[in-house]
Amino acid sequence: MSCLTDKFDQLASTYPPEMRSSLVLPLLHLMQKEKKHLSEGDAIFIANYLGVPAMQVKEALTWYTMLYRQPVGKHVIKICRTIACSLLGAERLINYLEAKLGIKAGETTADGLFTLIAVECLASCGTAPAMQINDTYHEQLTEAKIDQILKELS
Amino acid sequence: MTAPRVFFNFNITPDSHTLSAYQSRGGYQALAKALKEMQPLDVENEVKASGLRGRGGAGFAAGVKWSFVNKKSPVIYLCCNADEGEPGTYKDRWIFEHSPHQLIEGMVLASYALHVRHAVIYIRGEFDLPWRRLLEALKEAKEAGYLGENILGSGYSCDIIPHQGGGAYVCGEESSLISSMEGFKGYPKNKPPFPAVKGLYDAPTVINNVETLANVPWIISNGAAAYAEMGTEKNKGTKIFGVSGHVVNPHLLELELGYPLKKVIYEDCGGILGGKALKAVIPGGSSSPILKASEIETLTLDIESVAAAGSMLGSGAIIVIAEGTCMVRLLQVLTRFYAHESCGQCTPCREGTSWMNKIVTRISQGKGRKGDIESLESITKGIMGNTVCALGDAAAMPVVNFVKKYRDEFEYFIEHGRSMNDGRLEI
Repeated sequence: MSCLTDKFDQLASTYPPEMRSSLVLPLLHLMQKEKKHLSEGDAIFIANYLGVPAMQVKEALTWYTMLYRQPVGKHVIKICRTIACSLLGAERLINYLEAKLGIKAGETTADGLFTLIAVECLASCGTAPAMQINDTYHEQLTEAKIDQILKELS
Repeated sequence: MTAPRVFFNFNITPDSHTLSAYQSRGGYQALAKALKEMQPLDVENEVKASGLRGRGGAGFAAGVKWSFVNKKSPVIYLCCNADEGEPGTYKDRWIFEHSPHQLIEGMVLASYALHVRHAVIYIRGEFDLPWRRLLEALKEAKEAGYLGENILGSGYSCDIIPHQGGGAYVCGEESSLISSMEGFKGYPKNKPPFPAVKGLYDAPTVINNVETLANVPWIISNGAAAYAEMGTEKNKGTKIFGVSGHVVNPHLLELELGYPLKKVIYEDCGGILGGKALKAVIPGGSSSPILKASEIETLTLDIESVAAAGSMLGSGAIIVIAEGTCMVRLLQVLTRFYAHESCGQCTPCREGTSWMNKIVTRISQGKGRKGDIESLESITKGIMGNTVCALGDAAAMPVVNFVKKYRDEFEYFIEHGRSMNDGRLEI
């Protein structure tokens, strides 16, 4: 954990000391980048590091949708299902992805390569339909474009 | 006619977001001018005189909000609300991606006016390119002396802390943003006290939208009077509108407030997909009441006109819906969104959003029951006005208006077990 603590220290130095409690979410994000998904133990580790109640971090861990508490695939596909994307075929593309990957939204492929999640608005409404794979946005999607993107990742 | 522009006044190139490009457009001259020639109160008064109103959705006068802050408080915070999450809205992203220094300059100006030492940008956790561009720009600005200690030799010091959210829509609500910023789950707080009195870590805090703050350099450079020449009597300046949905060419437009909506749809965005007729428009993000085609004939895009038509200008997210769309299924997309995003704090919203979604989903699957419409109406009454934050009302409003304006489609679906419009969302 010492390597992780160094990273924690570095991030903490970018906030003024009186805002130390603000580091809960940034540290959870940082830890998730390292570990892919988080456990209650990780929340307690962060709480101890910051000197805040463990429950505060555990609540945050279970409340923010970007934090994963279950193992996820190497590539997490978040496909938008909200209004602008819906009007331009989100449902069709979700069905397409489910069939192509052989899983339902919310599941991970057996080889651990892909997790598919249907998410709410990604703020890509002018370039809908949209999805995000790990950090990267993919917009103005079509079935052919999805094929191409997944081929490059497989 | 070339309309005046605060934002879309340069060509986008691979490096138009950089510091040197921004400087070549006159960037940071407003900051240099303010630090040299203006007192903090002069900056506040200039923004107040410009008539700039918040661009996040509520439309509150920015300078007036700043004036509420007790400038003698030992600590004052400025939070830039960049948790862009209102469905249909994608304008703040553009500012981060293409003109991040404009926001930074606006934030340092606002911080100077407000006596802020540490300002924060609370940005959507999902954003990737906007986040990377912001970090790059903050580094450039600091190295160039526009941020940090003793800015441009003025003796004034200010830092901006970039802070990523965790994927919660409700954190765009200012008191929820504060809870989240303080390291808690993003539960909204009762108001009053308002953040300007008691906000982040109980210190006076101003929370402004990205676009609001990014207007400030232009106002300081060109003067409040020049800004107030644009727009309508009560709604000054330009605004970035984001068009989405069933139009040929959905995109962002910077328009003077008071611009005709029909012109946006039929001229600027190339009309409706497939040459279909217009069915409805949601003018200000998914929480704003839907307007039928007949209600937008003469509608202009400013806060007062859209309010007079019974909706809200909101964040300027114009969602266009073509004839032939199934309004029952479209409402289900919205009820699902609000049920997913309710934070869980207030019973009427937590239970009500799920309950409404359950009923609308049931109807959209052909399993609607007699009395469902009346139940929906009664649930919305139980939510509205009974929650800590505005998400409750935001969730109820689409239900109220869809059911009121397209009641026949709901009745048909319940009676026949199928959609009047073949369940279409895509056109």
